[in-house]
Amino acid sequence: MAVEQSKLLKTDIEAYLKQHENKELLRFITCGSVDDGKSTLIGRLLHDSKMIFEDQLAAINKDSKKHGTTGDTIDLALLVDGLQSEREQGITIDVAYRYFATDKRKFIIADTPGHEQYTRNMATGASTADLAIILIDARYGVQTQTRRHSYITSLLAIKHIVVAVNKMDLVAFSEERFNQIKTEYTEFAKELGITDPIFTPVSALTGDNVVNASENMPWFTGLPLMKLLDTIPLHDTTDLEHFRLPVQYVNRPNLDFRGFCGTIAAGTIQAGDEITVLPSLKTSKVKQVIQPAVSADEMVVEIAFAPMGVTLTLEDEVDISRGDMIVKSSNIPEVADQFEVMLVWMNEAPMHIGADYLIKRATNVTTGRFLQVDHKVEVNTLAQQPAKQLELNEIAQCQLSLNQKISFDPYDKIKGTGSFIVIDKYTNATLAAGMIRGASSMQAHIQSRKEYSAFEKDLNVLIRQYYPEWQCVSTNDLLK
Amino acid sequence: MSITNQRLTHLKKLEAESIYVMREVIAEFDNPAMLYSVGKDSSVMLHLAQKAFYPALPPFPLVHVDTTWKFREMIQFRNQRAKDVGMELIAYINPKGKELNISPFTHGAGMHTDIMKTQGLRQVLDDHKYDAVFGGARRDEEKSRAKERIYSFRDKNHRWDPKNQRPELWEIYNGRHQKGESIRVFPLSNWTELDIWQYIYLESIPIPDLYFAKERPVVKYEGTKIMVDDERMPEELRKTAKMEKVRFRTLGCYPLTGAVPSDAETLPEIIQEMLLTKVSERQGRLIDHDEAGSMEKKKIEGYF
Repeated sequence: MAVEQSKLLKTDIEAYLKQHENKELLRFITCGSVDDGKSTLIGRLLHDSKMIFEDQLAAINKDSKKHGTTGDTIDLALLVDGLQSEREQGITIDVAYRYFATDKRKFIIADTPGHEQYTRNMATGASTADLAIILIDARYGVQTQTRRHSYITSLLAIKHIVVAVNKMDLVAFSEERFNQIKTEYTEFAKELGITDPIFTPVSALTGDNVVNASENMPWFTGLPLMKLLDTIPLHDTTDLEHFRLPVQYVNRPNLDFRGFCGTIAAGTIQAGDEITVLPSLKTSKVKQVIQPAVSADEMVVEIAFAPMGVTLTLEDEVDISRGDMIVKSSNIPEVADQFEVMLVWMNEAPMHIGADYLIKRATNVTTGRFLQVDHKVEVNTLAQQPAKQLELNEIAQCQLSLNQKISFDPYDKIKGTGSFIVIDKYTNATLAAGMIRGASSMQAHIQSRKEYSAFEKDLNVLIRQYYPEWQCVSTNDLLK
Repeated sequence: MSITNQRLTHLKKLEAESIYVMREVIAEFDNPAMLYSVGKDSSVMLHLAQKAFYPALPPFPLVHVDTTWKFREMIQFRNQRAKDVGMELIAYINPKGKELNISPFTHGAGMHTDIMKTQGLRQVLDDHKYDAVFGGARRDEEKSRAKERIYSFRDKNHRWDPKNQRPELWEIYNGRHQKGESIRVFPLSNWTELDIWQYIYLESIPIPDLYFAKERPVVKYEGTKIMVDDERMPEELRKTAKMEKVRFRTLGCYPLTGAVPSDAETLPEIIQEMLLTKVSERQGRLIDHDEAGSMEKKKIEGYF
């Protein structure tokens, strides 16, 4: 808690509340290799911003003696290394979320593990982050892990990159060393299209330049990390041009009311706007825009925008169901069933070309399959390689084919309509995360490589003949 | 909570996220329910559910696992809220525990919590075969909660496997499960204690009076102060009762819920006190006090 803020808190609680009410929300991830000091850095941010309570601190003190790696001083990493099993191993094994606030912003931190086998966790943390802090050990400079972390942040399209050069205390707070690393990183970040990363030298262990400016680094004229997080301009990256409402739920409490609920993925909407439903292309006009409310007099609003949750009622009786997309008729996105996608595989079971998976994109769940792996990206070198299947933590560009046409936007334009997960039909596990790059650029009529055996064809005919109500699709049609 | 320059404040963003999660569950599950524990987090969760489905009522019941040792005021408040909102309330007591007359005073906090709370919860979930259950837990409450997903998968025995959680990306939730398996859903995951209080204040959400400071009869018990709520408290303990101005930061079973001395009689005063205090809210709960990792152990066993 900043000093001015705590003063206000004591003297004028109402004014304080007013201030807190209008905070911005910033989500960030911290990424670094094992021993780069991520957990220590987060512990330091929480500790120095007075977000740790006395009883928690006492518990850490007790734990530090048992598990700590810092001798007699408090091991701040223990604050964030939550689960008991991992405390015993001394490593972070999953994504942990932490919260703190300053006078201006509320922060949500995703603490993500750095070692290679946990790429999936980093992608998970990165998927909701506005900013990434990439930790570099000042002694070792840019490592292969640094490349991997930077690549994933750019793949998941995180807008702001802060490079924290940590453990400056171990290189005698050397300006020269800091500048070397800065040059080294800037050079390779260009390849990834990371422009204008912000560099800051810190020591999470000693607290130098984390919350307060460092007396040990008078040569550094930039802001301490915390100040940086507090002031970095979040020129809102939400697209307010292209209205997209993935229909989530149809609310029908009685015959007179039929509302289409969802969270606006992009754009704005007003009563009277002409809308089109995709993929059916049916059209209507918005009758009412309803915001979340608990009474009739506060429910209708003039305008709603991303990322608000809304309910729309329409002038006409249009058949709309979950998984459809409502857009403005003046701006209709592409509709396709074949896509070029980037895929991060997250399961021990490898991805097989041609196998059926469930694809969940926004509120739409459709069966689909990957027709080919265009290339795999070696995350440490960024080299592209051919591949026949994908293993855990591998990243690749693939061709995806869905059984149903959906409207979409490229991920780098609108995240909400360009991202999807891959679900195993049988184990129900979440297998992968995907980002749509665009409609497939392969020959438009590329075919499923699936081939049916004689038995499968016979079975299909049998089912179609005797159980027409199952609406089973002919294998001949599938191969068309 | 104004909308300025087409940007949402952090509370509006949190609200939108929670509502999205609730609608998603209702759209995808057959038999959802909301675990309503009467506390401030449940109050916020219930309010968000009303908002998510208005003008309809939230299409699921409220489930309360009654340990028989809750503050009497909590039970009155619970019944009144369910009536006002118009939702079905399922209040469940573990019959075996009732028969054995389980008491935190005689059987200890651990056994009481296990039988009346954890076992009771498992029984009511099994009886009704809920496939999704909303809970009001927040990630900032406790370390093992910090890693919990918003959709937390439970096997047939309601067990949580911290090493085998589904990755959760963007706002795309995977609720697929087999028969008998279920998902615990935590729509308030990203709210902090301060966010909850701020929202209660802004939205005028009703909460039990126990949160506000008042003269109440308290006794010293196991290193903390607890309130004398009924005659089941052992007499020798009850004899020591003194009137003190106290309030509760969390609500649960009265013998297990520590009272804090306080003068906070209004919401702003509570928030002020909360921000100036140096002790985290779970400290008032006697069940968390044993070893590090105790919450993790309980969660693996099926505790919320």
